[in-house]
Amino acid sequence: MLLINCPYCGPRAELEFRCGGESHIQRPGPHGDVDDEAWADYLFYRQNPKGEHRERWVHAAGCRRWFNVARDTITHRINAVYLMGESMPVTGDVQ
Amino acid sequence: MTRRYSALSLIREGLNGQRGWEPAWREATPKAGYDAVIIGGGGHGLATAYYLAKNHGMTNIAVIERGWIGGGNTGRNTTVIRSNYFFPETAQFFDFALKLYEGLSRELNYNIMFSQRGIWILGHDRHGMEMLNRSANAMLLNGVDAELHDATSVRKNVPGLNDNPRFPIHGALNQPRAGTARHDAVAWGYARAASRLGVDIIQNCEVTGFLIANGKVRGVETSLGTIGTGNVGMAVAGHSTALAAKAGVRLPISSYGLQAFVSEPVKPCLDTVLLSPATGTYLSQSDKGELVIGAGLDIFLSYAQRGSLPWMERAAAGVVELFPGFSRMRFLRQWAGLVDVTHDSTPILGRTPVDGLYVNGGWGTGGFKAIPAGGWCLAHLMATGQSHPLAAGFGLERFQTGALIDEASAAGIAH
Repeated sequence: MLLINCPYCGPRAELEFRCGGESHIQRPGPHGDVDDEAWADYLFYRQNPKGEHRERWVHAAGCRRWFNVARDTITHRINAVYLMGESMPVTGDVQ
Repeated sequence: MTRRYSALSLIREGLNGQRGWEPAWREATPKAGYDAVIIGGGGHGLATAYYLAKNHGMTNIAVIERGWIGGGNTGRNTTVIRSNYFFPETAQFFDFALKLYEGLSRELNYNIMFSQRGIWILGHDRHGMEMLNRSANAMLLNGVDAELHDATSVRKNVPGLNDNPRFPIHGALNQPRAGTARHDAVAWGYARAASRLGVDIIQNCEVTGFLIANGKVRGVETSLGTIGTGNVGMAVAGHSTALAAKAGVRLPISSYGLQAFVSEPVKPCLDTVLLSPATGTYLSQSDKGELVIGAGLDIFLSYAQRGSLPWMERAAAGVVELFPGFSRMRFLRQWAGLVDVTHDSTPILGRTPVDGLYVNGGWGTGGFKAIPAGGWCLAHLMATGQSHPLAAGFGLERFQTGALIDEASAAGIAH
């Protein structure tokens, strides 16, 4: 079970959270210039790394606020927690 | 040497001190080149090799496996086989798999222990029953067997159900032809039959890269050297994106851990498969006597194959709620298998942008039941270059055209 450090509430168990998938996805545009390939990429193609993944989490059973997590998909180790709107921290940052 | 399995050969080898059994499949070392190479020695890869040799006469082929055959998801699933899908494309595909399973022990001369014990999907309220009714109608229209039962009939057919559960049992949908099979036997049976037809099965051989020239595949780089071939099938669900990336191909797949458990073994007490989506219960009893319990996906991407305590608690709560008699049983093992999840919960079986490189993946949590059809259709594609009609809608192009087969919402079953 993950121990996730909510930036607003502190460390809480995985059970209180929901994962919202990959962070930092940009909608392509302007929409008239977006071809089928780019649109499919935006809707359906996701990073699926063996290693660090940047993802959005929400503290669903707590403050209900969203934030970003950099987590390793092989070890489940959380390398960094950072706020929505913040840019990606350098890989390997420890919270 | 005794090759064929029968009562007669058992008696003969019994009298012979069991000295004459031939190994089930040959140890093979890679040749410099093959007509086709299949990456992944799980059920789908081995079935593909068998049907390439059997249906299409291609015997100069190899299956290469990073670990040991059947050691991935084929050996880590809850062994349920069913075809209760909603859309015609998926219903026909999975029912074809079920039909092949029905004859597979005889076809392979290997007992896969397919037990058609039915699957009971419980409805716990009026709306749940309406959804089951809709599902049963869709199945019948697709030519798949389905029966709708009321609460009395459910209790008559499923032993040990709670007399007064918190979520009352209003009825159930039963697919009588569904059931369970011995998962390892499916891999071993296909391996044995393919090896017999001349297929090389190469274990402990990891693919490290692809040889690609002018957009066409020329071979694979492996830990045992380079193997030349112009025809490569990938059947490595759980790791599909990582392998495809080595060929510069992106796939719309995410990898999650799927949680499962078995209890300590007990005497036979449950002779069917029970699914209760509302209480998160997916339960059957293996021939060894263990209760086999399927839970859900981890909520985050994972390659860890690691158990999950929250899922364990939830699955146990669901089982005990429906079967109070199981409350004092203990878990024996817990594990997770890595599953390929696609956006529409329909598999990906088709071409890739690299000529001669084909993909079989995206099975979600239901790859085991699809093995014969997945192998049949990938073999057809690799041998003829054309999609098999049963898998024509499963190509990568659907993510651009928008022709998704959205079983995630249609069948309402967690894939």
